[in-house]
This record gives sequence, C-alpha cells and structure tokens, in this order.
Amino acid sequence: MEQIIDIVLLAFMVVTAIAMIRLRNLFAVVMLSGIFSLLSAAMFVVLDAVDVAFTEAAVGAGISTVLMLGTLALTFRDERPATRADWPAMLVVTVTGAALIYGTLDMPRFGDPDAPIHQHVAPRYIVDSPREVGPPNMVTSVLASYRGYDTLGETTVIFTAGIGVMVLLGSVTRRRRRARPTTPATPAAPAPPEGRP
Amino acid sequence: MITTGCLFILVTLALALLRAVRGPSVYDRIVAVNTFGTMIVLLLVLLGFLTDRPEFEDIALLYVLINFASTIAVLKFVKYSSLAGPGADRGASPKGGTAP
Repeated sequence: MEQIIDIVLLAFMVVTAIAMIRLRNLFAVVMLSGIFSLLSAAMFVVLDAVDVAFTEAAVGAGISTVLMLGTLALTFRDERPATRADWPAMLVVTVTGAALIYGTLDMPRFGDPDAPIHQHVAPRYIVDSPREVGPPNMVTSVLASYRGYDTLGETTVIFTAGIGVMVLLGSVTRRRRRARPTTPATPAAPAPPEGRP
Repeated sequence: MITTGCLFILVTLALALLRAVRGPSVYDRIVAVNTFGTMIVLLLVLLGFLTDRPEFEDIALLYVLINFASTIAVLKFVKYSSLAGPGADRGASPKGGTAP
C-alpha cells in the first residue's frame, strides 16, 4: 500500500509540473506550485524526513506562495506565449539531467545499511546522543548540540538577511510616507500596470 | 480499512488536482488547493497509522494550521493585492498611485 501511495504521489508531482509548464495563467501556476510543495512535503514524510517536510510545507506551500502572489500583483497575470522552442537550452538541460542521473548510478541503494553516510558518525548519534545530549529526537540533538556552532552561524546569516530586507523595505515605506503629505500626486515608485488580480 | 481510506483520499487528491489545473475561476483554484492540503494532512495521519508511527499526527496538525493561514493569505492577496488589508497603504493616497 505504501508503494502505491508513493507511486501515486510521484505521478501527481509529474502531472502538476507538466501543468505548470503548459498553463499560461500565472495565478494558476502559483497555486499549482503550492500543490507541488504540499506533495513534496508528503513525499518527505513518506521518506521519514519529517523536519525537511515541515520546512517544505511552511516555506514552500506557505510563504513562497504568498511571495509569488505579491510579485504577481506587481506584474501581469498571463505569461507571454512562447514564440519558438529554445533548442540550445533544451540541449543544456538534457545534458545536465543525464549527467545527474549518471551520477546517481554510483550511489548506494536507498536504505542500504552499508552506505558511507550510515557508517561515519551516524552510529554515534544513534547510540550515544540520548545519553550525551538528552532529547529523544536525534535530529534535534545533531542540530542543537553536535552541530551547534553551524546552526548558530546559519541563524546569524538568516538574521542578518532579515535585518537587511527590513531596512531596505522600511526605508522605502518611510520615504513614501514622508513624501505623501507634501506631494500626494507623485508616486514614490513607478506605478504598476493595471493587471493585478 | 486504513488502506481503503488511503485509496479514497488518493482519488480525492486526483479530483482536486484536476480542478486546480482546469478550474476556470480564481476561487476554484483556491478551493482546490485548500482541499488538496486537507487531503494531504489526512493522508499523512493515515500513513502514520499504516506504518505504526502515529506520533506523526503532530506534523499533520501543524500542516492544518499552515494550510489555513496560507489560504487566508492567498484570499487577502486576491481581494486587496496586499497582506495588510484594505486601508493600510492606499487609504492615505487619493490618487492610488502607490504600489500595492
């Protein structure tokens, strides 16, 4: 039964991806991308990567859908029809995809206990982490304790990026608000085309 | 019984996907995505019981919350073209020349 669910979920992902390529209505494409990330989150749960699945559901289905809708409010609603097929790009994509698939041929079988990733430090995490760190979830112990400095660095990077975005957006809003009482007819930013949904 | 439930949920997922691809209006697609999220949550719960790991239910509960919040965000965007609501950005500008 689980295999049937896997196959059907993967088939849904293929159908969604093809529909996203074929559709010209960009709102529909954004909605379909939300569906796609929900499907991939379900696939991650099936693969036992629950934390990745949760991030995918929060970022992919939640935030990025809203961000893309915000972009859509500033641009047109329909994609311009493609005039001709771009064969060099097709060639590059095909070669890259073939190289990636060729690279997976050397990989150990999925779930193979003799794979290198299961031999290096994973046994120590599995055996010793409840005693050394404490939480029953191994991923939590790895992220918060064994790779604590790494996580601290990541958090610093994301925090700095957030501050940068807030400073950029906040200065635009403040300037617009200051300019409004004196010259209300002058828009601070170029007005978008009237194509909002 | 859990297997039957999974099968029916997969059929419902297919129908919701069809509506999201075909759906002529914006609201068809929003409802389709919302239904799709709910069905994914149900599928995750059933998968937890199918593989004897019912503790995955917590993740399903969080998915429900994210699904609800993102549906509201999408609907607000469709109606107001911004997350802030009707009077936040354009109420003060009489010409409406600011970006949404």
